[in-house]
Amino acid sequence: MKIAILSGKGGTGKTFVATNLARSSDSSIYLDCDVEEPNGHLFLNGPLLSTSKVSLPIPRVDTTLCDGCKKCVEFCRFNALAFVQKQVIVFDKICHSCGGCKLVCPQDAIYEIEREIGQVESRVYKNTKVYTGRLLPGEESGTAIIGSLLDKVGEGDPLVIIDAPPGSACVVMDSIKDADYCILVAEPSIFGSHNLKMVHELVKMFKKPHAVVLNKSLGDDNPSKAYCIENNIKILTDIPFNKELGKLNAEGKLVVEYDENFKAVFKDLLDKVLKEVKHEASPNT
Amino acid sequence: MKQVLILSGKGGTGKTTLASSLIKISSARAFADCDVDAPNLHLVMEQTKEAKKTDFYGLDVARINQDKCISCDLCRQNCRFDAIKVNGGYSVDYYACEGCAVCTLVCPTDAIDMKGRITGNLSLYKNDTVFSTAELLMGSGNSGLLVTQVKKDLIKNTDASLAIIDGSPGIGCPVIASISGVDMVLLVTEPTLSGFSDMERIVQTSRGFPAKVVVCINKYDLHKENSDKIEKFCQDKKLDFVGKIPFDKAAVSLVNDGLTLVDKEGKSKEAIKGIYENIINLLYGEEKI
Repeated sequence: MKIAILSGKGGTGKTFVATNLARSSDSSIYLDCDVEEPNGHLFLNGPLLSTSKVSLPIPRVDTTLCDGCKKCVEFCRFNALAFVQKQVIVFDKICHSCGGCKLVCPQDAIYEIEREIGQVESRVYKNTKVYTGRLLPGEESGTAIIGSLLDKVGEGDPLVIIDAPPGSACVVMDSIKDADYCILVAEPSIFGSHNLKMVHELVKMFKKPHAVVLNKSLGDDNPSKAYCIENNIKILTDIPFNKELGKLNAEGKLVVEYDENFKAVFKDLLDKVLKEVKHEASPNT
Repeated sequence: MKQVLILSGKGGTGKTTLASSLIKISSARAFADCDVDAPNLHLVMEQTKEAKKTDFYGLDVARINQDKCISCDLCRQNCRFDAIKVNGGYSVDYYACEGCAVCTLVCPTDAIDMKGRITGNLSLYKNDTVFSTAELLMGSGNSGLLVTQVKKDLIKNTDASLAIIDGSPGIGCPVIASISGVDMVLLVTEPTLSGFSDMERIVQTSRGFPAKVVVCINKYDLHKENSDKIEKFCQDKKLDFVGKIPFDKAAVSLVNDGLTLVDKEGKSKEAIKGIYENIINLLYGEEKI
């Protein structure tokens, strides 16, 4: 079973919910798909067991074969190729690795090499397998790294927690596409509710069963809560703002390991989610 | 025009809260929101006039003419983005398609063509001030192109001497597009292990550009020890440290009322004033001498 945690807005507590939820089960797999800024391993900080490179194919031109027809340059929709001083040059970071230039070249002068764009790290923390995707600084897109992370999960695997990136763009979609259930984490500001609306529309469009965790609540003024009530979205739990909790989190500590109360809150959250997924899987019962 | 871009790496450290406060305190006449994935600046920058709205066309998307398709499967075999779906007939997964047009190249019956697609919308508010912002449509990619357009729209519509630009979290495509051409990157971080770790990555990313990189800490008093570590890191890396803002319980309710941290007297306002003075000194310092 795969549960994705997303939020639209950054900093609402995706990683906080994802890591503590992963540790509320006897055994779990945690995938950090926020490959631009992965932080889950700071909490699930088992020793690094291995690192594998994630690469993309990019074109190179055999100058002895190239006759300067420029068909590749004209074909490339991403402007990743240019013809300068009678030579084709490749802008590696702009290339989308579609392979079009290689196909279009009448001289067979284009071949591909692998270019590293990031890594997948694997760790084990207690009974949780932790996979972290990491985009190299200066690289534009982590889509391929998210793909490698999702490949780590097999069919019969136990609980899989997917920590998604912020926003509602293509990388978020990639992260949640295999998920059985989505938890939307929202904070009590108009920023939080505005971005909650964006991801809510995303999960609805992909017909993903979903519910909300309200985090850092401060009393009654909570536009995100109001949004949930207005739109009939189930609120799984409401976690009030708490300086102590903030301190533990700031230090990279899992609250379920330090606070009996939170241990119960997350256990309860997991039970609710598991029940919801079961319910979704067999709507007739 | 000097352009100051606010970034953070980690989300939720207070980019928009700081951006809106700096816009108010500096009476900036030009500002933009480059966080096209989740734009929020417009929520606290009330505008009297309607925005001029424009559709933004991203990369084209492929479409298959069913009458011409002979189900040869070549498009599916050659698509590197897994965007050709076979379900009864052949079709294109709108969200997976990156618009490379390889399918049109390999199709033996010319059944596939490329069609324009709207991936976002731009809003330009032109009053005494100019405010450029945009929203990427759900699930769209290539937000960098849209970010570049937001900045172009701002620059060509103003003669202001200072522009304040709110950025997006992360280090990828929209962030890289937003840094290009700015004079200063103001990083706002928070005293958590995550905030610190993400700051190191955004510092690395920003340093590939000529912009000056400066740092401030938001909610610094929630963990003073971590804040000290961040300040020390800035010293070691020779990054200008421009100030720290205390945690303010009133921040959320101010934002919810469409206000900024400088609309209320107190420590936060003082801190932001200090940050503003520091960045102005760093921006114009050399010219003054």
